[in-house]
Amino acid sequence: MSDVITQLAAFVKTTILKQPNRAIEPGEPLISSGLIDSFSLMDLALFVEDTFGVRIEDTELNAGTFDNLNQLASLIEARKV
Amino acid sequence: MTTFPERLKALHSRSPERVAIYLKFSGRDDLLITYEQLLRGASAYARVLAREGIQPGEVVVLILQHDEDLIFSFVGAVLHGAIPSIMPFLTEKLSPERYRADLSALISVTKPAAIVTYPQFETEVRAAIKDGDSVRSVIVADRVEPQARINVDELAGFTRRPEDIILLQHSSGTTGLQKGVALSHRSVFNQLDAYGTSLSLSEDDVIVSWLPLYHDMGLIAGFLMPILSGVPLVLMSPFDWVRAPYKLLQAVSKYHGTLTWLPNFAYNFCAQKIRDRHIEGVDLSSWRSVINCSEPVRWESHQAFYERFKNHGLRLEALQTSYAMAENVFGVTQSQLGSIPAVEEIDREAFMSERLAKDPFDGRPSMKMMSSGRPLENVKVKIIDEDGSDVSERVIGEIAIQSDCMLTGYYNRPDLTEKAFRNGWHLTGDYGYMNNGEVFVSGRKKDMIIVGGKNVYPQDLEALTYEVAGVHSGRSVAFGLFDEAQGTEEVVIISEVDSENPNEHQRIADAIRQHVTKNSAIALRYVKVVGPKWILKTSSGKTARSANKEKLLREIMEDQRT
Repeated sequence: MSDVITQLAAFVKTTILKQPNRAIEPGEPLISSGLIDSFSLMDLALFVEDTFGVRIEDTELNAGTFDNLNQLASLIEARKV
Repeated sequence: MTTFPERLKALHSRSPERVAIYLKFSGRDDLLITYEQLLRGASAYARVLAREGIQPGEVVVLILQHDEDLIFSFVGAVLHGAIPSIMPFLTEKLSPERYRADLSALISVTKPAAIVTYPQFETEVRAAIKDGDSVRSVIVADRVEPQARINVDELAGFTRRPEDIILLQHSSGTTGLQKGVALSHRSVFNQLDAYGTSLSLSEDDVIVSWLPLYHDMGLIAGFLMPILSGVPLVLMSPFDWVRAPYKLLQAVSKYHGTLTWLPNFAYNFCAQKIRDRHIEGVDLSSWRSVINCSEPVRWESHQAFYERFKNHGLRLEALQTSYAMAENVFGVTQSQLGSIPAVEEIDREAFMSERLAKDPFDGRPSMKMMSSGRPLENVKVKIIDEDGSDVSERVIGEIAIQSDCMLTGYYNRPDLTEKAFRNGWHLTGDYGYMNNGEVFVSGRKKDMIIVGGKNVYPQDLEALTYEVAGVHSGRSVAFGLFDEAQGTEEVVIISEVDSENPNEHQRIADAIRQHVTKNSAIALRYVKVVGPKWILKTSSGKTARSANKEKLLREIMEDQRT
């Protein structure tokens, strides 16, 4: 598992889901499954911006942009300069 | 006494080109709706309702998103003399099956004659309608063209009397949808008069709102009050706000907004999640009042909001409070605009065990209570004990209200209506106390959870957990837990299962989280699956929510010590 995915997974399970012992699969749907609600999605976007220096615009905060950690990690890699 | 159609007609004839609503969309220019356009758009809907044979006094359910069709169909229903009721639109995280079940529940109690929705949602709506149901017509929004010519006097709404019902307002969820608050034209206007007075509302005001129209705060303060008072409304969608809360502040700055209503969590949300780069040059000095309403009001939330935005012209005395409920149309109390709401420091133990608001003793833990202000001029508030007797100042009891703007009743539910009143007073189900004529709201008698300003019935969530394999009926408990950082309650569910295996507990917890969220659109913050005999029951076998909440809190504290 890549370092980016590990960091994202840690944030999602500890801060958003408050279940630090939970496993999150890189391909597990997060938004369409209702695991992450819109309030927490905002937190995730801010975490990505602060940690990786990559911006996700508010219009992109939906399952169409990313729905699992693999997709979010690719998006982060693609935007890193 | 006026009615909604008469007031609208008067505002229109005075200045047809005045903008009633600046409707904001994500990625699109703002749409300006003048009173002329509002009447044209609305009378088109009124005509369609007439053509479909919908009678004045019949209910029309609106299933639409935040757009001009929602506005036109709501006003159009009233112009036709029908009774509009807004049902929240299906969101991506709610399962279509559950949505259909909720809609069927709404139809069975409210007995609407028509439903208005989008073409792409028509099949879904028709699927919820059963043979023999009241619904005679499904009206598709894109087939309704604005009227080129308006002849308002032909509209059936002008024959409505002040005591007739103008609208229904529901809370969300299976339980809430069966309890529609029915309000008369007279009650709505009495509320608007009294509430407008308490705000010194004038045509120089500009109201900016992101609140959903299916909720009383959004429907009254963020929709009907401005359009029926000739006060411009800047309206954005709740879905856009939650992804980009800074847009609210940009809108206030751009349109020189003067008044906004927010639930308590929104103060924390804005303070924590708005980035500097999004509010460069934003000027909030036009805001004369940002009113905290619909959740318990927290001094700490006001402080955080003020500290975050004071450099953008926000004044501390702009942060205000109100206590409101759909049963009273909206406002019950309002703090005095222009001065900072009273904050009392009270002894925590006396509050918990003696139900008294006492000054703090030296060194003992205290808590801050912020006033929700004084009753509006047309509202009487008293605090009563379990027997219904009045209690003294600073004694906590149930808040009871009397006014000339009360609900007509819960629609088609005389049983619930009767229970809501005692000797002519409406029992609010909220706890609080009075001091110096000001109302301090402290909590709820009923178990309802308020998460992000949204009322959630715990029994709805518990019922959903029983649909998860491994969870038995009657062995889950749901309650709210206040989260200081978020400024709102978070939902906790505890479910008891036969297994003692931790891996099995984790698997079931995940399943509960997914199932409940998909079927209630409520995100769960803590899901705890426990072995047999964890959950406390009352002697009658019912789950005791508060006792289980205390047990969980004790366990968490013990965990932190070890």
